[in-house]
Amino acid sequence: MTQRPINEDDLQAYVDDALDQRRRAEVQDFLDGNPAIAARVAVDCDQRQTLRAAFAPVAEEPVPAQLNLATIIDNGRRPQTRPWRSAAASIALVLAGGAGGFGLSMASTPATAGIASLAQEATDSYSVFAPDLGRPVEIAATDEDQLVRWASRRLDREVSVPDLSSNGFEFLGGRVVPTPHGPAAFYMYDDDLGTRIVILARNMEIDKEAPMALGRNDSVSTVSWAHDGLGYALVGQLESNELHDLANHARDQLQHST
Amino acid sequence: MSVVCPVATLQNLRGLTNGGPMRDMMLLVEPMIPGLRRYARALMRDTSDADDLVQDCLERAVSRWHQRREDGSLRGWMYAILHNLAMNRLNQRSRRGEHVPVDSVPERTLVQEATQESAVHGRDIVQAVGRLPENQKAVLLLISVEDLSYAEAADVLDIPIGTVMSRLSRARARLRDDMDGTGQAAASHLRRVK
Repeated sequence: MTQRPINEDDLQAYVDDALDQRRRAEVQDFLDGNPAIAARVAVDCDQRQTLRAAFAPVAEEPVPAQLNLATIIDNGRRPQTRPWRSAAASIALVLAGGAGGFGLSMASTPATAGIASLAQEATDSYSVFAPDLGRPVEIAATDEDQLVRWASRRLDREVSVPDLSSNGFEFLGGRVVPTPHGPAAFYMYDDDLGTRIVILARNMEIDKEAPMALGRNDSVSTVSWAHDGLGYALVGQLESNELHDLANHARDQLQHST
Repeated sequence: MSVVCPVATLQNLRGLTNGGPMRDMMLLVEPMIPGLRRYARALMRDTSDADDLVQDCLERAVSRWHQRREDGSLRGWMYAILHNLAMNRLNQRSRRGEHVPVDSVPERTLVQEATQESAVHGRDIVQAVGRLPENQKAVLLLISVEDLSYAEAADVLDIPIGTVMSRLSRARARLRDDMDGTGQAAASHLRRVK
């Protein structure tokens, strides 16, 4: 009877005890005849056990009240205000500003006008709010009408919310944020893995009509464009082509709604 | 503590018309919380950051419950949400220049203090894992500690299973090198490990 040769994957699966009985016996025979490899595998097995033992106490701790699932279900998806954390976040923001900025915006020469500037502003807002676990949005998707009224009043024109659910991104909610060029509507979405993307929209002094421009800074991509005096920037930690698809979808809806 | 919620509460949940999904969530998700905390702690290193992350993960799982694939692994789905949140968070952290140097973290935040010799070895290995590249660390933790299958880990990380295997192999090779000298005693244990 011929046997498939033992490969590296078999050795890993041996360590994880993920082989069926027959293959495990074959690997065991192989190791019995190869003491050097057997010694290596033994170290892996031992380290695996040590690692498991080292982390085991975390799973044995009582689960803190913060993670009471019944409470979390009860709260549904309404954004929760956590006063202590909001306060801590404001302090952190001030300190970050004082110490030299929000990283992204200061790391590169800031664009000062047009859709390049808009992309930068979107990236700044994104880097502040997207990682915010407590209160990423001020008005939740459930109150979309209220949010759109607020944004439209501040921008003095209708700023609707594109539906990106066919791309897997659900609307979370948003807020109005300041930019050097006046108020902007900030709309946030996330997918079922928690990846957040943001659309920022504001009135344009220049670049009142502009085709889509792609940008990238570290792992954050942007797509910005303008139509009829309103500029949009989509920003997220996605590949440029993925974000571009989303932007096309958003633009189609926004242009039909105006 | 009672985990039964009144019907009025259920009706507040988006898309729920009866107690079924709620009961499923409690029965299926709650037992995973200790493991999710363990994975979050291993990635974030800071206890309160880790628990904030798990809280966010649970909130998302609840609000996205109707979006999960019925045929997929629920455990894989939960770990995928958590992993994704952790990577976003760590990216933001590194972009802001926040660093949590491995050696500055009091190890008791991670590993219970113990007087046994094995606990000393445990601290060493936790530090060695901390020095692994992020993608190797994730594979190793998901498989060796969280007991995910190779296929589940591939789903969580959205990579082919072959990549899971090669990262696992590289992670273990690196740990062996890193721990060289402290792992020598293990060689005689092969027969014992089943």
